[in-house]
Amino acid sequence: MAILVNKNTRVLVQGITGSAGGFHAKKCLEYGTKVVGGVTPGRGGEKFEGTVPVFNTVDEAVRETGADASVIFVPPPGAADAILEAAEANVRLVICITEGIPVIDMLKARRAIEHRLGKDLFLVGPNCPGVITPGECKIGIMPGHIHKPGSVGIVSRSGTLTYEAVGQTTAVGLGQSSCVGIGGDPVNGMDFVQALELFNADPQTESIIMIGEIGGAAEERAAEYIKQHVKKPVVGFIAGRTAPPGKRMGHAGAVISGGKGTAQDKITALEAAGVRIAPSPAQMGETLKALLAERGMLKN
Amino acid sequence: MKIHEYQGKELFRKYGVAVPKGAVAFTPEEARLAAEQLINETGSPVVVVKSQIHAGGRGKGTVFRDGKDIGRGVKVVTSGGGVAARDAAANMLGGTLVTIQNAPKGNVVHKVYVEQGIKIARELYLGMLVDRDTRRVVVMASVEGGMDIEKVAAETPEKILKAFIDPTTGVTGHQARRLGFGLGLHKEQVSQFVALLSSLYKLFMQEDAALIEINPLIVTESGQVMAGDAKVSFDENAEFRHKEHESWRDEGEENATELEAKRADISYVALDGNIGCMVNGAGLAMATMDIIAHCGGKPANFLDVGGGADEARVTKAFSIILQDADVKGIFVNIFGGIVKCDLIAQGIINATKALGLKVPVVARLEGTNVELGRKLLADSGLNITPASTMLEGAQKICELVAKAP
Repeated sequence: MAILVNKNTRVLVQGITGSAGGFHAKKCLEYGTKVVGGVTPGRGGEKFEGTVPVFNTVDEAVRETGADASVIFVPPPGAADAILEAAEANVRLVICITEGIPVIDMLKARRAIEHRLGKDLFLVGPNCPGVITPGECKIGIMPGHIHKPGSVGIVSRSGTLTYEAVGQTTAVGLGQSSCVGIGGDPVNGMDFVQALELFNADPQTESIIMIGEIGGAAEERAAEYIKQHVKKPVVGFIAGRTAPPGKRMGHAGAVISGGKGTAQDKITALEAAGVRIAPSPAQMGETLKALLAERGMLKN
Repeated sequence: MKIHEYQGKELFRKYGVAVPKGAVAFTPEEARLAAEQLINETGSPVVVVKSQIHAGGRGKGTVFRDGKDIGRGVKVVTSGGGVAARDAAANMLGGTLVTIQNAPKGNVVHKVYVEQGIKIARELYLGMLVDRDTRRVVVMASVEGGMDIEKVAAETPEKILKAFIDPTTGVTGHQARRLGFGLGLHKEQVSQFVALLSSLYKLFMQEDAALIEINPLIVTESGQVMAGDAKVSFDENAEFRHKEHESWRDEGEENATELEAKRADISYVALDGNIGCMVNGAGLAMATMDIIAHCGGKPANFLDVGGGADEARVTKAFSIILQDADVKGIFVNIFGGIVKCDLIAQGIINATKALGLKVPVVARLEGTNVELGRKLLADSGLNITPASTMLEGAQKICELVAKAP
């Protein structure tokens, strides 16, 4: 099972001839992901790494390869359009890695596909590390070797903090069902609630780690959802307890404004929903293990 | 990126948002000329001289010169014409304006805006920004103009009217009318407000604004609706299609180190601690600050070297940290996804060789090409303590800094 991607997922890489696109397409291929095609306008007919066909348009690529997922490495000026191109070609899962897309471009793009999201179309990102189901399919920029097939579903607004959670759950022997980086931009596709719905319904996922950060109210909405629907154990971590208000902390979305979106607000909401908060970012794995032991869910 | 009021009002004029007449002045003499021209054009002897700094609260703020309070950041000149405006400007220019937003340091005033005096009947508030929860541009309007709007939002949220704008339609007539009547405007004023709001939205979308605030939005005694102030900032991600915005940047208003970092595509925010941090990824960078605090230390900065970091950028990042005189130790915390650990290691080695290294460094490298990176650091002969987890690394750097003289 797992969520969003598995060994049968057929993947396109939009921007495969660029340096980041090419580098990570190769890493995904090495991991065993079925990268069935690439798209770069004007480079149709070429072969990437001598084997992967390159197309001029996503539409053509989907018709020729039967791809059902696409990962976007297109530079910021064209990235929102690349999302729409994939959506229009009826790709089911669109993962946008690109960092630095203008907010207004995402506002318009998301509006255009909003009615389809969560139905016949899933958008992950932008400004995210991607999605991985360990041992089956890696779509994105995460280092594959730290993952291990297992039972923990991980969803995170932060890329590198996802890797921390992965490293720690691998170290304590739990492994991961799937990991989803939803990205740090103010306007994105999948949010915590959508990812939690998928993990909640997935039999392979026995517990969940959710990593949020300051800014916005997505964690509070997730807390509300967890309270009402999620029986699986959930461990949370919120980055930015020490962040000063009014300062954008790297991610466009990570800013405490008007006294709202503080780490403490989010921690309070999550704790009230029964989520166990890891005391430090280095203790997500052990906090989860302890929680599983308390509930008699730890297998040996 | 923020711009000044005078630049914001210039942009308002371009898009047809009503503003009072005015001109920027860099010297007292320019202020006199501007005031005389305004008095001639309007027939009114009243002009307003406004300090131009990026922080808000200028009207209630205090201008200091040699430590002495010499008046407010905004001065209404009712009589005395150009000469009085010149004297007011001379008082402000070169002084340090301290407001509620930039206290205690304040900003030095390098320019003033000289504006026609307006007989004000009402002061309202109008704001526009992207609301991340609804993924729409939200318009906020309030009868509590001239006040600190965050205070209004916290204490009397019912006094803030909102409209969420669908990007496929833009501001619709009914939305603008609902806000206009909600503000208690008369029929003719509502028509003016609808036109103003529609121009403002056009500006927001075409210029890739991040925030526009008009506080106060003025209703004049003769019933005109116009922008009394203009606070505008832009989405930095969209700068590639607005080359002209760069010429509006006032470097004197920005933190020099943060600007230097930004030019190198590094996210850097100065903090008041003594442990420098170099991290990849914004979330991990925040979490690194958190874990340093958890271990009893104080972070000196937030620093994200970014996804596509190469050797040159890491060198730059490390040299930015080393420039901070308060830094007593450095914690490098890298979990490589896009970033390759060997490039990070080479960057650290380059920077320390070029700039010298007098403080302890703890490096935790994980991820892509990690073995190569660790080996480079071990073979470099530099005083760098390795750590295998971020907790161990944070503990080590806190201990080393606590022991430092």
